[in-house]
Amino acid sequence: MAQEMRATIHESLERKLNVLTDIVFYAGSVAIALLAGGLVMLVAGVSPIEAYKLIWDGAVGDANGFKETLVKATPLLFAGLCYTFAYRCGLFNIGAEGQLYVGALAGTVAALYVPGLPWYVHLPVCILAGCAGGAIWAGIAGFLKVGRGASEIINTIMLNYVAIYLVSYMVTGPMKEPGGTLPQTARLPDSALLGKLFDSRLHYGFLLAVAAAILLYFILHRTVWGYEIRAVGLNKQAAKVMGIPVNRNVLLVMMLSGAIAGIGGYAEIAGVQNRLFQNFSPGFGYDGIAVALVGGAHPLGNIGSAILFGGLRSGANAMQRMTGTSTSLVYVIQATIIILVVCNRYWFGGLKKRIIASLTARVVGRRSDARPEENVAVVLGIGEREGRS
Amino acid sequence: METEIILETLELVKRFGSFTANDRLSLAFRKGEIHALLGENGAGKSTLMNMLSGMLSPDEGQILFRGRPVAFASPREAAREGIGMVHQHFMLIPALTVAENVALGMKQGRSPFFGYKRACAAIRELSDRFGLDVDPEKRVSSLSVGQQQRVEIMKTLFRGADFIILDEPTAVLTPPEVKELFRVLRTLKENGKTIVFISHKLKEIREICDRVSVLRLGKLIGTTDQADTTSADLARMMIGRDIQAPIRRTRESGGRVRFEARGLHASENGVRLLKNISFGIREGEILGIAGVDGNGQRELSEALLGLLPMQAGSVLLDGEELGRRHPRRMTALGVAYIPEDRQKDGLVLQMSIEENLIAKEYRSAPFSRGGIVNKRKVKLNAEEQIRKFSVKAPGPGAPVGRLSGGNQQKVILARELMLNPGVMIAMQPTRGMDVGAAENVHRRMLEARDRGCSVLLISTELEEIMTLSDRIAVLYKGELLDTMDREEAELDRIGMLMAGALPNAAEAIIH
Repeated sequence: MAQEMRATIHESLERKLNVLTDIVFYAGSVAIALLAGGLVMLVAGVSPIEAYKLIWDGAVGDANGFKETLVKATPLLFAGLCYTFAYRCGLFNIGAEGQLYVGALAGTVAALYVPGLPWYVHLPVCILAGCAGGAIWAGIAGFLKVGRGASEIINTIMLNYVAIYLVSYMVTGPMKEPGGTLPQTARLPDSALLGKLFDSRLHYGFLLAVAAAILLYFILHRTVWGYEIRAVGLNKQAAKVMGIPVNRNVLLVMMLSGAIAGIGGYAEIAGVQNRLFQNFSPGFGYDGIAVALVGGAHPLGNIGSAILFGGLRSGANAMQRMTGTSTSLVYVIQATIIILVVCNRYWFGGLKKRIIASLTARVVGRRSDARPEENVAVVLGIGEREGRS
Repeated sequence: METEIILETLELVKRFGSFTANDRLSLAFRKGEIHALLGENGAGKSTLMNMLSGMLSPDEGQILFRGRPVAFASPREAAREGIGMVHQHFMLIPALTVAENVALGMKQGRSPFFGYKRACAAIRELSDRFGLDVDPEKRVSSLSVGQQQRVEIMKTLFRGADFIILDEPTAVLTPPEVKELFRVLRTLKENGKTIVFISHKLKEIREICDRVSVLRLGKLIGTTDQADTTSADLARMMIGRDIQAPIRRTRESGGRVRFEARGLHASENGVRLLKNISFGIREGEILGIAGVDGNGQRELSEALLGLLPMQAGSVLLDGEELGRRHPRRMTALGVAYIPEDRQKDGLVLQMSIEENLIAKEYRSAPFSRGGIVNKRKVKLNAEEQIRKFSVKAPGPGAPVGRLSGGNQQKVILARELMLNPGVMIAMQPTRGMDVGAAENVHRRMLEARDRGCSVLLISTELEEIMTLSDRIAVLYKGELLDTMDREEAELDRIGMLMAGALPNAAEAIIH
């Protein structure tokens, strides 16, 4: 009984320490990336302190700056969730970019060509159309994967180009604003636009994205379907032997993943741009992969990392306005963060384990009369493995 | 002159955790002999050979090679001394030529460039001398399995090996290729090379080997001259006469047949995997299927579960034919399954114990309702099962991959018994487990049988089959050779059947 109690204490303690070290390591990654970015600034002849101050002010310095950060974070969060959800099922959906475009296109079609509806009908219809567009686009890759065993990585990447050029064609041809000269559609009717928050550029799309993150978290960790998705993602073979329909899950997850990106695409149009035009996304879909990576492929983690990247973007814009330093500097910082996060995941595992072990040993040593080494061994499962692998 | 010892091991010990794979092994290999190493799966043959070839280092004891103590840190070091190993799974790069494969990782003199012509010439010379018939300029992808194996042998010779270890070399070969291999081995022997031949096929050992060492459960049972022993002796040494199955309560026959297979056939890419397999298991009965690994065990269990498509045959439960089968349906019908590879097929290692425990029942109450998982119930269940099966675990939320192999198996067993199954298909349920944990699993399986469960036990460990089964069948090359009652089963006879010797032939040798 006492032993069981101790085991439970160890487990919860260990989990807490785990979370703590993770946070420390992630914060460390960001800090080191900022240092590295500072070095680059020095070389470029810009004072890092001043530059960072400008970025900080631009990103979170005042209410407007922070709202701009959230505006930038919205499509990143949708794209990050798109990648995250597929990733949890063992799929690499590199096609968020294309799914954003098709979602935006489908939503715009619904916005422009379904007239005469009140906003509370029209807007949901448009969002659903965006959903469907993204779902179908990702579904193509999912279907090819399930039916033909074709790599979803290659197919989603290729479909990105198809989608981008499809939108280019539509806005220069069939959907071009009547009488306009620019390659863009007419302005969306008000009934199809997302409302603005706090009288700024920030729109309800951000809340939609956060809601999507929470919904995905709930699906993955609380539902029967999420259980299946995670099992398939972690061990496809075992899932099959256990009787989980692997192919059905692959297809459905791919489609829902695409649907999320599809809403993201439409939200960018209906919330920020108000009309569809060529190359409206500066690579949100690809940046979403980075967002997911830094967010630990956890839906809620994505919220934080999307805001971080959004902040870097809006801050960089502010910096460029004030000092003339190129925004590409921010990409250096962003890339460094990604590299460090990946290192964090794959290289520092052993180091982290050792730190947790020694911390647990210390705390346990203080709390109980038992030999600390043995407890740690039990907690960590060290020395318990037997037999040949 | 023939008795010159080339390699000797002294009290060699190798442990993996609490499991002793090699227990104080002292063997001597003579120069220019073909020495067979015989033993069941898990007897420690591969561990021993991996230590000789530098893949593993011993925990205790010494290896004397040419009279000098040696300690290899890597296969490369062992190769430099003249010890080479041909693995069961070839380590060749298909896109490269034979010469490129053979010379891979070797440096010729001081030149930084690869002397392709020189390598080819050297290979041709060796090929002629030892009758290997290997063309150095051919691509490996264009070679047959037998030829690829000769390339592997060539690799060891090219590195100057005098002591060559072959790990179950005939397992992948067709009979004519086996003949060819034996011809090569004899030539090698005439040229003074020492060959260690790992196998559990008695017939082949009798044909080619000079001396035989038998291992069982990590211990050396003995070394004998092949000519002085009979196949029956060897089978007895391998299986262990002294281990007597415990006296068990005989089941009254006459219960109705619950699980039945009729004429199962399966093949893949023209290779026959299962041939005309038929059996029936009554309720409260354990049917044990013995056989050497790789004779269709995995395919049989997968075919029954619906994971492997069959060409013909039917599976019946309670007299009713089951049409299309798949794992989820079989679970619903009360068929439990313990897969052979628990880490690959049985568990999701990164998921927690509690989540793995509900893998078969997560869709139904009480674990979920309306598609939402009831976390509290899942946790309570895990706590109960951990207690019931005394799983050594930090808690129900711990990832199952952190548990030891034995405890992982307990989790699978607990999960499957939660179904209260009418039929259980158990593959190698105690593989890699220590004696105590294995006993625990056996007790659970006997309990399930006593509750009326029909158990199909597929195991390569004969002792396990003898301990648990009510009836025993032997699987050889995808075919069930013979089915007998436990009471009539003789170890010798089963051993012979496992080695592919026909029943009447066995009689002839014994008498």
